[in-house]
Amino acid sequence: MQVPAAFEYRRASSVEDALALLETLGEEARVVAGGHSLLPMMKLRLARPEYLIDINDLSDLDYLRVEGGELRVGALTRHRSLLESELVGSHFPIFHDAERVIADPPVRNRGTIGGSLCQADPSEDLSAVCAALRATLVVRGRGGTRAIPMAAFYRGPYETAVGPAEMLVEIRLPLVPHSGSAYEKVERKAGDWAVAAAGAALSLHGGRIGQAGIALAALGAATVNSVRAEQALLGQEPTEQAFAAAGRAAAQDCDPVTDGRGSAEYKRHLADELTRRALRRAADRAAVAALAAGAAGEDG
Amino acid sequence: MTTVEESAPAPEPASAPEERPIGYGRLKRKEDPRFVRGKGHYVDDIQLPGMLHGAVLRSPLAHARIVSIDTSAAESHPKVKAVITGAALEGLGLAWMPTLSMDTQAVLATDKVRFQGQEVAFVVAEDHYAARDAVELIDVEYEPLDPVIDARHALDPGAPVIRDDQEGRTDNHIFDWEAGDREATDAVFARADVVVAQDMLYPRVHPAPLETCGCVADMDPVEGKLTLWETTQAPHAHRTLYAMVAGLPEHKIRVVSPDIGGGFGNKVGIYPGYVCAVVGSILTGKPVKWVEDRSENLMSTSFARDYHMHGEIAASRDGRILAVRVNVLADHGAFNGTAQPTKYPAGFFHIFTGSYDIEAAHCKVTGVYTNKAPGGVAYACSFRVTEAVYLVERMVDCLADELGEDPAELRMKNLLRPEQFPYHNKTGWEYDSGDYPATLRKALDVAGYAELRREQAERRARGELMGVGVSFFTETVGAGPRAHMDILGLGMADGCELRIHPTGKAVLRISVQSQGQGHETTFAQIVAEELGIPPEDIEVVHGDTDQTPFGLGTYGSRSTPVSGAAAAVVARKVRDKSRIIAGAMLEISPEDLEWEKGRWFVKGDPGNAKTIPEIALAAHGALELPEGVEGHLEATTVYNPPNLTYPYGAYICVVDVDPGTGVVKVRRFVAVDDCGTRINPTIIEGQVHGGLADGVGMALMEIIAFDEDGNCLSGSFMDYLLPTALEVPAWELDHTVTPSPHHPIGAKGIGESATVGSPPAVVNAVMDAIGVRHADMPLTPGRVWQAMHGGVGAPQ
Repeated sequence: MQVPAAFEYRRASSVEDALALLETLGEEARVVAGGHSLLPMMKLRLARPEYLIDINDLSDLDYLRVEGGELRVGALTRHRSLLESELVGSHFPIFHDAERVIADPPVRNRGTIGGSLCQADPSEDLSAVCAALRATLVVRGRGGTRAIPMAAFYRGPYETAVGPAEMLVEIRLPLVPHSGSAYEKVERKAGDWAVAAAGAALSLHGGRIGQAGIALAALGAATVNSVRAEQALLGQEPTEQAFAAAGRAAAQDCDPVTDGRGSAEYKRHLADELTRRALRRAADRAAVAALAAGAAGEDG
Repeated sequence: MTTVEESAPAPEPASAPEERPIGYGRLKRKEDPRFVRGKGHYVDDIQLPGMLHGAVLRSPLAHARIVSIDTSAAESHPKVKAVITGAALEGLGLAWMPTLSMDTQAVLATDKVRFQGQEVAFVVAEDHYAARDAVELIDVEYEPLDPVIDARHALDPGAPVIRDDQEGRTDNHIFDWEAGDREATDAVFARADVVVAQDMLYPRVHPAPLETCGCVADMDPVEGKLTLWETTQAPHAHRTLYAMVAGLPEHKIRVVSPDIGGGFGNKVGIYPGYVCAVVGSILTGKPVKWVEDRSENLMSTSFARDYHMHGEIAASRDGRILAVRVNVLADHGAFNGTAQPTKYPAGFFHIFTGSYDIEAAHCKVTGVYTNKAPGGVAYACSFRVTEAVYLVERMVDCLADELGEDPAELRMKNLLRPEQFPYHNKTGWEYDSGDYPATLRKALDVAGYAELRREQAERRARGELMGVGVSFFTETVGAGPRAHMDILGLGMADGCELRIHPTGKAVLRISVQSQGQGHETTFAQIVAEELGIPPEDIEVVHGDTDQTPFGLGTYGSRSTPVSGAAAAVVARKVRDKSRIIAGAMLEISPEDLEWEKGRWFVKGDPGNAKTIPEIALAAHGALELPEGVEGHLEATTVYNPPNLTYPYGAYICVVDVDPGTGVVKVRRFVAVDDCGTRINPTIIEGQVHGGLADGVGMALMEIIAFDEDGNCLSGSFMDYLLPTALEVPAWELDHTVTPSPHHPIGAKGIGESATVGSPPAVVNAVMDAIGVRHADMPLTPGRVWQAMHGGVGAPQ
């Protein structure tokens, strides 16, 4: 049995309480939600926080609702809730694509979106999903809240814009008409971290690509959005040719390393291949959304 | 789960609860109620009054000299009771212990550390947490040395000498071992039309049982008796070795193997942690529990395989296989700790001639030390039959590729024919029985082979990659005849004791021990078949050296071939005695009695009979027994197998490969096994299911990998991947039955067949799909993609 080093445990009763604890206990305190990243690291003694602040009682951070043209997701929302939500699936099928291949049911039952994003693992699927969807992250401290775009939130492996006495409280995903999204991942077995993964989101306006979001996971420490791939798509018709150009750009934008999951060469190939696949499915879904909106007489 | 039983030669319908077989047949496992209710009792469930907890400090480096060890901070931890180092063990003569391969292994390092994860110190504390904390307080100063990681460079001139503890040693060479006739083989190769050569690595994998290794050592200072609860597959062998090594009298040692959560060979040997726990108990006067964690299990306990093989196959132009020769470089890690019959340093690898009628064969195996964990043979491999089958079954596919022949037809053309049995192969084995062509034909029929090939052609035309892989394996299991097979001088024959209680209930004491094989059910069924009393009336006692007769344990698929035979023989002895007693009861000569399952009756008068329970009661009662016949109804035996048994099978795997990503999906897997007499088909199928999953795992994802410094890269289940239900198809099983002619009940053993036979079927299927002759396991998506694009694959 692997056992962690000694630590103290506090259970927060509110967001304010959690923030106060973070401030009082200082840098050696860690927030624990689902615990499926932090606790294994503690058991391996790779992480040794002096204090754990348990936020599992903060049910006011566990919600999914549409407000102000955005889907707002509470940071304590479990993977399972995201996977089972029709609301999430109807607006952002990419979430369901990704959640189906994240770990296994026991992890998805406990793990949270906030924990996943704050862990900031370079292979984290939800980081790529949120980047592709151009999410805004709401971070709260004792002094108030800050809204941070995903691109600025993720600062590198295991590092985010969340300050010492701050907490991620909400993820905001803009609802884009006539849009579709998809996630493609190669893993060595079910539940494994990605060998490589790509998320794509795009909207169609008059038969051309309006907005485009391409994000990669496990393809380098520094890459989340593939800006060049996104630019390659803007204003183009959603054709195989455009997707191929985006795939090539994504392959150029990434910076994979050779490891037990595969060679850098293979992973770079996957950046291309998976970007194309994700774009095909995202475009199909956007076309269906546009068709449905047209049938409903909505103005795109 | 799809189980094809329609075409079975002997239908074996699932019996309703009220139709429980008295003897062989489908029977739910007697042990399962306690497992499914969480009432199993494993080593880590044991709690003794005053019990202390041990933890091991392990080397962070693969090769380094120990400059100093400072234990003072750990010793001053308030909950620590003892800190044991190699120096302390040296004083007891226990710093080194013998391995099962006549080598020595450091219990705790004294001079150097020789692999990452090697045991350096042992802390005994009041609880497990404190023991782990105190381990971190030990300060070891190391002087790093160059490691030898790649076995292919272990024998380079100037390579660092790993085992400089052995006087006069100047290299890392352990042994050279040969089988077959080199000259005859070379001569056949010289005149053959076609010769195909292929290098292949069977990578280092790990048995990874769900329950890791551990023990509770309890030295009673008053009685002077050591009780050792251990996760061991061989309790009797362990007891004897402890007696020989530690100098404890054997009758004052009791080794108990309670419920065990999987062994697969991982739990055959003696690990340093066991010895340290014993020493800890002696030093503290308290019981000491030591249970390793998952990383410790993966990084330090017996691995399997790690065979670099160069195979060559010679054939005539028309596809007649003439000869096979192999050179093997065997990576044995830092200590030669493989578990196998001592006279066979490469195990039974020389069964690599496979299932084919060939003229000549030769192999040479060279064992070397590297700075990696010791072990070698573990993991459901039937003593290296796994490597042998992989080698020959891959070579046959390489030959088929060279000749442009269908791999199934090529095999059919070369399989041994039924009339050739008993068959003496070219490396010294006597295959006992088989009808190989019938078994292969059945597998091809179940799979719909011709249809699969048609489908494959259609898909290929559409750019889709579908592959069909065939393997045909012959195992040699049930070690073994004691004249040839021993472990450190302990002959591999098994004892067995059967006692019928006065009311006709029975207790069977066996020397082998179950790690999940279902012995409590299977062995009861063997006795039930012989005596006609219900299996539920037979208690099977195993795993406790104080309660069971001597025997060498459960591994290498030997339980049914050796101890299963012993159970049948001892039951027949009881039956013979029951006949005499029945004769006395019926006042008739025993020769005038006839046996019908469960009772003796008077010939020509079937109503005049005595059942086993009636006879048992009389045997314990006042009945006057014939001259020279003792009371009670019991017998003992020791079974020394005259030969090994040779289970075999034909496996067919169908895969789809994603051309863009290299991801392999195993779509179908057909397994037709012949294990001779089938005692409990449900248990057999369970064994096959597990073994097939093992095989898919090894073929597609499992590897214990190291970086160039010798850091183990596979120290958790995040990196050492085991297949789940999502990676395997619904197995399609069938069987043929050719009973072993020399085994008392004709059974051949099934425990390892699927693990042995399935990896080449999967690899053959993937190579067939991507049109590449060979790529090494594990066939991860990256490796498959690299192979498709002419690369050799990422270093893994």
